Amino acid sequence: MSEPQALTFTPRDNIHTEPRVIRFVIVALAVLFLLIFVVLPLIVVFASAFSRGLSAYFAALTEPEALSAIRLTLLIAAISVSLNLVFGVIAAWAIAKFEFAGKTFLVTLIDLPFSVSPVISGLVFVLLFGAQGFFGPWLQAHDIRVLFAVPGIALATIFVTFPFVARALIPLMQEQGTQEEEAAISLGASGLQTFFRVTLPNIKWGLLYGVLLCNARAMGEFGAVSVVSGHIRGETNTMPLLVEILYNEYQFVSSFAIASLLAMLALITLVVKTILERRLDEGQVPSDD
Amino acid sequence: MTIEVRNIVKKFGSFAALDNVDLKVGDGELLALLGPSGSGKTTLLRIIAGLDWPDSGEVFFDGENALDHGASERHVGFVFQHYALFRHMTVFENVAFGLRVQPRGVRKSEDAIRARVKELLDLVQLDWLADRYPSQLSGGQRQRIALARALAIEPRILLLDEPFGALDAKVRKELRQWLRSLHQEIHVTSIFVTHDQEEALEVANRVVVMDKGRIEQIGTPGDVYDNPATAFVHGFIGESIVLPVEVRDGAVKLGGRKLDIVANGAAPGAANLFVRRHDMQIGPAGSGSLEGSVQHVRTFGPIQRAEVALCGSEGKTVIEIDAPRDRELRTGETIGLQPRRYRIFAAPE
Repeated sequence: MSEPQALTFTPRDNIHTEPRVIRFVIVALAVLFLLIFVVLPLIVVFASAFSRGLSAYFAALTEPEALSAIRLTLLIAAISVSLNLVFGVIAAWAIAKFEFAGKTFLVTLIDLPFSVSPVISGLVFVLLFGAQGFFGPWLQAHDIRVLFAVPGIALATIFVTFPFVARALIPLMQEQGTQEEEAAISLGASGLQTFFRVTLPNIKWGLLYGVLLCNARAMGEFGAVSVVSGHIRGETNTMPLLVEILYNEYQFVSSFAIASLLAMLALITLVVKTILERRLDEGQVPSDD
Repeated sequence: MTIEVRNIVKKFGSFAALDNVDLKVGDGELLALLGPSGSGKTTLLRIIAGLDWPDSGEVFFDGENALDHGASERHVGFVFQHYALFRHMTVFENVAFGLRVQPRGVRKSEDAIRARVKELLDLVQLDWLADRYPSQLSGGQRQRIALARALAIEPRILLLDEPFGALDAKVRKELRQWLRSLHQEIHVTSIFVTHDQEEALEVANRVVVMDKGRIEQIGTPGDVYDNPATAFVHGFIGESIVLPVEVRDGAVKLGGRKLDIVANGAAPGAANLFVRRHDMQIGPAGSGSLEGSVQHVRTFGPIQRAEVALCGSEGKTVIEIDAPRDRELRTGETIGLQPRRYRIFAAPE
């Protein structure tokens, strides 16, 4: 500390190997990158949305087409999130708490939607349920519409968002093991009581985290939904689809008004995610020495 | 409640965790299952609790087939090695759990549940921790809460898996005495698993020594210590001196030299002579059937522990003996040794 160059360091700096200048440059680069690629686009979205004033903004949002897209998006999100909640918990439970043949294969399968392009995911459903598809003739004969209707969009969204809940829960449940469940059962609890009184409270933050990400993706999904929706105006357009259509028709205010809703969803998701992550970390303070 | 286990076999893959185990536990006993890790003791405990199922064999509680019932119907209190307290519940709710999940017809009123939990927390002397969460407790406190929780359902049997395994030495000692006096108070048939012989000998009425999925010996602590039935038990419980000997025509030979001890009906052929450290009689050189030179002496408490290199044996065999302090041993001194009590077991093939 007595040497002259030590004057430029605070005591805390000594534990770092990098000089302050280099650290500053690295941090500055990261911030700049975030500004250009994240903050700037967000500002553009909101600026464009409000470019003709508040009344134009709200008029754009209350148009029948826009309202229909919002309704459809909420409906699809409600269906796919609630189903994936159930599937995800069951899958995570099976993988984390039991040993069985083909477990690794199942884990890989759960990740499949992450590694497949969403467009391909959508196409799979076209191939299955389309007029020339596998189930097509049968569906037509019974007058059941899957493709270009709510069921098709829901199926594609469920497929694309399937991994989120399971992925959030598997490591958590594996870490927690089965001892608390065994304790509950030895104390006379039934399977359901064990699940609702012991397992669920232990995984609730992880579950919320998974549901949150699942919901964000379900509302924002474009590729897979675009393939199966048919783009029927006022009927099968979700919010992301409508954004694209309006944009292509040079209706920038309307387009960005809808986009701003999706952007707000993203921001809210981000905040809640941060809170949940903090909760999760607290929850993981080991209860054993 | 009595427990009877008959011909239990349990395999994990090709590994036989339990290999034809039979065991009877009397009403109100405090039994220790003692063995090294992998001996099958925890598996046996889990099968009795209904947390694992045997491949074959039977389990009876008071003559009634326990395997007809799942763990939740057996009324067995189980204390897990790492306690498995419900981390999101307070101590109070942990203890109350077993009472709250009872079917509606049987369930106690809220007041009765509160009174019972209070009573149990008093029993384990931790009533002042009722509102804490498990992560806020020390190891010993968690252990006692786990026990209170298991006792809440008024179990017919109490099973404890390595109850003191995760605690430090001082807390262990206290809890041992506490568990024994608690057992005297509530007198419920109890089995605990341990790999610590001192713990088993000190706490249990009877000790079951297990190795490799089999029961090696069942007996009182005195029995298994003084009259070990197998070489494994002799080696596992208490410190033993083991010398390779040969039995022929009723005589016992060590390195070709005949020892002044009787074979006690041991089968002819290669065998091992087991002697407790303190069962070696020490005398002047030439006084016993063994002779050795003292290499190192450490003195603590009432004994002196000496490392003695045996003369006359092929190579140099060094044994550790415990001698009383009335005869001072000196490094370099040659002494005569005579096994006072000993056992001879055929050498493993």
